[in-house]
Amino acid sequence: MSTITDPPSESFQLSQLINDTRYRSYTFQFIAMILLIAAFAYLGSNLVSNLRAAGLNISFDFLGEPAGYDINQRLIEYDSQSTHWRASVVGALNTLLVAFLGCLMATIIGVIVGVLRLSKNWLIRKVMSIYVEIFRNVPVLVWILIIMAIFVAVLPQPRDFRGEDAEASMLLGSFAFTGRGFYFPKPLFGPGSAVVIAVFLASIAGIFVFRNYARKALFERGQMIPTLWPSVGLFFIPAILAYFVMGQPISLEYPELRGFNFQGGVYARNSLIALTFALAIYTAAFIAENVRAGILAVSKGQTEAAASLGLRPNRIMNLVILPQALRVIIPPLISQYLNLTKNSSLAIAVGYMDLTGTLGGITLNQTGRAIECVLLLMLFYLTFSLCISAIMNVYNNSVRLKER
Amino acid sequence: MKRSLVIGATFVAGLSSAAAAATIDDIKARGKLNCGVTTGLVGFAAPDANGEWDGFDVGVCRAVAAAVLGDETAVEFVPTTGKTRFTSLASGEIDMLARNTTWTFSRDVDLKFEFVGINYYDGQGFMVPKELGVSSAKELDGATICIQTGTTTELNLADFFRNNNISYEPVPIETNAEAQPLYLEGACDVYTTDASGLAATRAAFENPGDHVVLPEIISKEPLGPLVRHGDNEWADVVRWTLNALIAAEEYGVTSANIEELSGGSDNPEINRLLGSEGNLGEQLGLDADWAKRAIMVGGNYGELFEKNIGENTPIGLSRGLNAQWTDGGLLYAPPFR
Repeated sequence: MSTITDPPSESFQLSQLINDTRYRSYTFQFIAMILLIAAFAYLGSNLVSNLRAAGLNISFDFLGEPAGYDINQRLIEYDSQSTHWRASVVGALNTLLVAFLGCLMATIIGVIVGVLRLSKNWLIRKVMSIYVEIFRNVPVLVWILIIMAIFVAVLPQPRDFRGEDAEASMLLGSFAFTGRGFYFPKPLFGPGSAVVIAVFLASIAGIFVFRNYARKALFERGQMIPTLWPSVGLFFIPAILAYFVMGQPISLEYPELRGFNFQGGVYARNSLIALTFALAIYTAAFIAENVRAGILAVSKGQTEAAASLGLRPNRIMNLVILPQALRVIIPPLISQYLNLTKNSSLAIAVGYMDLTGTLGGITLNQTGRAIECVLLLMLFYLTFSLCISAIMNVYNNSVRLKER
Repeated sequence: MKRSLVIGATFVAGLSSAAAAATIDDIKARGKLNCGVTTGLVGFAAPDANGEWDGFDVGVCRAVAAAVLGDETAVEFVPTTGKTRFTSLASGEIDMLARNTTWTFSRDVDLKFEFVGINYYDGQGFMVPKELGVSSAKELDGATICIQTGTTTELNLADFFRNNNISYEPVPIETNAEAQPLYLEGACDVYTTDASGLAATRAAFENPGDHVVLPEIISKEPLGPLVRHGDNEWADVVRWTLNALIAAEEYGVTSANIEELSGGSDNPEINRLLGSEGNLGEQLGLDADWAKRAIMVGGNYGELFEKNIGENTPIGLSRGLNAQWTDGGLLYAPPFR
């Protein structure tokens, strides 16, 4: 289709801005933009003048003052004498941690459930649809509270581990599952452990090289090289050998009951576990639907064609269906990751000190700087979301249909 | 980002317009006092079996409503958490806050609130299960401590443990109700809040005797009602209603003898308080009977205390610092003249 336009006139007249189809839309867009800017300028000046009238001012100086409160889960050094800014960063890292773990777990559960929803087995299919319907139709806050309540009520508390005939005991003497969280042995890296880790990383790289080689051999020469057992061997044997050669430099620190709590080892708090789990199973229900939609979007002819070539159902799924389904799955998956990240702001319901709990909670409350804190909070979440989008878009570009 | 700016701007616009008009006129026009209270702390403010709010702080709200509107039931109780209370007050959603709120310098000066007095002198304490065998807060090294977030207790706790160079694991909790199951299930070893709050919480337990409140009081927590900065007439009404309750106890005015005393008595101070002499009510912008109505709601300060949180209630608090100055306490109402 083509539109016929007048040849350009010799001189530009002001009336053309309205009458000339070439300029009209720009004129209106420009006017709309001016109005929008004016509206925001008015609101902004209104805000500033009203704040001044109320005797308040916008100032971020409070970020440099000592916070005065403690945070239980810290990924970086922090104590009550650190600044409010540092407290915010501690909270932001906690948010990122729960978002990362939650997205990982949600993806794994979501993909499995999504695939199983299309299973030929009636029972599995129904169980999976019940899971999806229950979890996505109840607010996530309720799930967080329920899971935390069950967690605290069902699991034994540290006091139950005490005494001669304690009600609860540690698994293998090294894992403690309590209502306050899970305690795991912590690896202690002695001198020489760097070598062991380097060997381990090198053997992982080796596994990839070996599998690439095997694939090449298959595609170019049609030669089948078994990959499973050599990979397993590569994974364990060099690292274990290095461990003994270097004189067992890595040891484990076991958690043990001292005083009120277990001390030592790695401590995963109940709030982190309950929050991550609740967010993951909630979001997984949505992801499962995306996965199902993606798989159904691949035409049935593809399955039949692959089957007629003699591929087995597993291979059909892995080699034919899923690569094509990913193109449909990834864009809504990004939204789900963003949702999970933002839903993590419900953390305070279980006492998890995320960004909303530190900057948007205690700092806001103790300093009374509500507008500044909320602006900063929005900036933090905006940055997180844009970063997640950016990373996922890179991945999306790599799997999308490449037209030649 | 843009949209939230709009919301922020309208929020602040609403804030300033609410602050500009005289609060007392708004309340009279509305016919209701909006009073911020806790989300539920037995003895201080909690709905009873019939859904009626009842308690020590509620008594202050009702007294103010009776003084201003002549109707003790014309109160809209707005439950607030430690986090939401100041925003509610600053934005004009509530006219006054009577919610175990500690009077601190920064809240008074920086947050721009007006504390009108103190209705309970408190301090932060610790509650632990008896079976732990702890007898002092200094033995709490490594303990997991449940704490209400957004309160001064959070800062006191950090200071106390830093001073004594011992460690702890804070578990931040939004409301008192959420803290109870966590403490009872043993997810935290210790629950800390104001000593009065601990007593009220313990009273609600199935076996209160299984829990002890440790002797250390680690902070000063003067609790009192507060209003917004900038409306001094309204602040005066709330301040002098509270003072009237305290003064009534000092002068022996009770809900039983108030009818008789309001006809006139030998004590000119009582006469001025109850409006048979002078024009104190008029000076406040109210009528002569304002204080009489306030006192008749739940009685004087002492009666309110005994009825809601006193030694004969499940909460069982003794008067201690909250006795009249004549009995060795800190309650001291300025003279009514």
